[in-house]
Amino acid sequence: MSLTVEQVKERNQDLIKEVLEVYPDKTAKRRAKHLGTFEEGKPDCGVKSNVKSIPGVMTIRGCAYAGSKGVVWGPIKDMIHISHGPVGCGQYSWAARRNYYIGTTGVDSFVTMQFTSDFQEKDIVFGGDKKLEKIMDEIQVLFPLNKGISVQSECPIGLIGDDIEAVSKKKSKEYDGKTIVPVRCEGFRGVSQSLGHHIANDTIRDWIFDKGDKHPEFVGTPYDVAIIGDYNIGGDAWASRILLEEMGLRVIAQWSGDGSIAELENSPKAKLNVLHCYRSMNYISRHMEEKYGIPWVEYNFFGPSKIEASLREIASHFDDKIKEGAEKVIAKYRKMMDAVIEKYKPRLADKTVMLFVGGLRPRHVIGAYEDLGMNVVGTGYEFGHNDDYQRTTHYVKDGTLIYDDVTGYEFEKFVEKIQPDLVGSGIKEKYVFQKMGVPFRQMHSWDYSGPYHGYDGFAIFARDMDMAINNPVWGLTKAPWK
Amino acid sequence: MAKLRQIAFYGKGGIGKSTTSQNTLAALADLGQKILIVGCDPKADSTRLILHAKAQDTILSLAAEAGSVEDLELEDVMKVGYKDIRCVESGGPEPGVGCAGRGVITSINFLEEEGAYEGIDYVSYDVLGDVVCGGFAMPIRENKAQEIYIVMSGEMMAMYAANNISKGILKYANSGGVRLGGLVCNERQTDKELELAESLAAKLGTKLIHFVPRDNIVQHAELRRMTVLEYAPDSKQAQEYRDLAQKIHNNSGNGIIPTPITMDELEDMLMEHGIMKPVDESVVGKTAAELAAEAAAA
Repeated sequence: MSLTVEQVKERNQDLIKEVLEVYPDKTAKRRAKHLGTFEEGKPDCGVKSNVKSIPGVMTIRGCAYAGSKGVVWGPIKDMIHISHGPVGCGQYSWAARRNYYIGTTGVDSFVTMQFTSDFQEKDIVFGGDKKLEKIMDEIQVLFPLNKGISVQSECPIGLIGDDIEAVSKKKSKEYDGKTIVPVRCEGFRGVSQSLGHHIANDTIRDWIFDKGDKHPEFVGTPYDVAIIGDYNIGGDAWASRILLEEMGLRVIAQWSGDGSIAELENSPKAKLNVLHCYRSMNYISRHMEEKYGIPWVEYNFFGPSKIEASLREIASHFDDKIKEGAEKVIAKYRKMMDAVIEKYKPRLADKTVMLFVGGLRPRHVIGAYEDLGMNVVGTGYEFGHNDDYQRTTHYVKDGTLIYDDVTGYEFEKFVEKIQPDLVGSGIKEKYVFQKMGVPFRQMHSWDYSGPYHGYDGFAIFARDMDMAINNPVWGLTKAPWK
Repeated sequence: MAKLRQIAFYGKGGIGKSTTSQNTLAALADLGQKILIVGCDPKADSTRLILHAKAQDTILSLAAEAGSVEDLELEDVMKVGYKDIRCVESGGPEPGVGCAGRGVITSINFLEEEGAYEGIDYVSYDVLGDVVCGGFAMPIRENKAQEIYIVMSGEMMAMYAANNISKGILKYANSGGVRLGGLVCNERQTDKELELAESLAAKLGTKLIHFVPRDNIVQHAELRRMTVLEYAPDSKQAQEYRDLAQKIHNNSGNGIIPTPITMDELEDMLMEHGIMKPVDESVVGKTAAELAAEAAAA
């Protein structure tokens, strides 16, 4: 009873129309531009993106602070990131996003700790600059092994006009040129966390790169690469790093999962930047290309098909030694991958998936599902831009339902009507769909599993998807009165 | 006891709001009214003539010292001056830091919660300059000042400011019930000042409640940190303030919702009185050199 592509497109059109019907005219008109169906051959997905969410809907988006503190800066392990402002922003982002790291928390690493200036009324009225200075002094005493500080601005900092740049410069001078980075990532800026990524990228450029070479003793090799845009969720960057190293490359930096400030500082010495999360770190990659002449290449380490293509693509920027290395790596893991697929494909083949994630995974994970014989029938980004939707066209099939900045209501309706075998999205969505009887996996945190990147990650990914979809609990959801 | 009356003085910075309000309130105290002055200016100079003090400890500075405003008692912040007039200053940050508007909100909430308005006939808010943000609009929002008196003069900028403040009042008039009590002209001896002030009052739908003539005795009193009422109670100027006080006292319930005018209307008004020449639109944005060249060509 599977539908033809034309039937799917027609169904999508009806579905979008039905969903829009409940909105007031103006809202319906605006939301209509964000919902659509991918048409084979088009340069993008035909939806508008990166504009303000509509008041009154339940958007899944975050804010600029989330983009800077939560995504880009937070995982840098040997720096202390101050959530500057009232306590809530830091409190609710405490413990980070499962950005794994090696180090001794509280001694030389600080990722899962929360530092906040805990603004009170008097700090709003009189300004918080003095308090910020005091916090920096206390950090120096209590955590002497910290390698730097970043100031992550919450909304009030921008409203009351605190001069965090002056404080940062003053304290940096006082502490012998210590790196102190003021970040203007107030939550009210921009339309989503996306602007926070950009702001954070720019501060790395201005307050780290532009401070000169801190490691003149660094000895480079022709095979130095930096991993950009892997946040090491559940160990993703580690699973990726193994492959790069096995093919003969030297990874000199991880941005920013399990990353250190020294790695950031040394990145301009890389021969190639390999970029996983394009959305959050294309800015700094472009900058390094322009200023230091470092080429960058996007790669995708979800699922063996994309991994193979990516390893070859990365190797193409190097000599034969690396190219041979890539082939060796591919050959080495092929047996293991075949075994994974052999085990799980019969259990997962032809299952349908609907995704809604941040700025990369809505397209990047599609290959991994397809390696297992599954089909992604709907996808969309929280905070993607048009260049993400352009890149998405290389992944999605004709007739895929596309929903940008989907609202809680729309997502629920779409899933209810399409009845996919799996929904992949975030914690806020998880229980809504599970209560509807639809299997679900969190695709931000890997549902406390992972890694999902690399060959190691694919084995875990396949197991987790099987666990979610073929869990016997779904056979027990029939209401007793029915 | 009569119902509590809450009034506020607004006006362009430097127009003489604090001087006018303190003298007028001193005169109201002479009439036997129990008065509370709430200074809402970070400079904290709204009560110096009543208290003979340079500057009073402010609610916000004391709160910052104590930790938070909840740690303060009313008697910590309230001082009593001339004729038992009670004085509090909201205070605020130094210029260029923090958020003074939030400070005003914090202070007024504190005063209300602590019962500062009990046993008082008049609360008077003295608010800085223009209504630059929500915080400085606090005294004209719901259940605060019922009547606003705008201190102005015949100077153009003072009239602009008066018109802007009227816009602020209009915004809150329907949700809150604040009304414009009237204009008080503090004489600057500009051309046709009385005529202009009356004309502006008419445009705004209100009246010029009093024209306070310029008199150096105000200066003499201020140097001694006193109101004229206290320094020279028999002077002519003291009588002016008594007249103003009496008019405000009798003005209860007579406030109106203002009808602010546009910039163009304001300029037209100045032209009507011959203060401003009609603008020749053909010369707008041209430099002296360009105009000279045009003249030569003609």
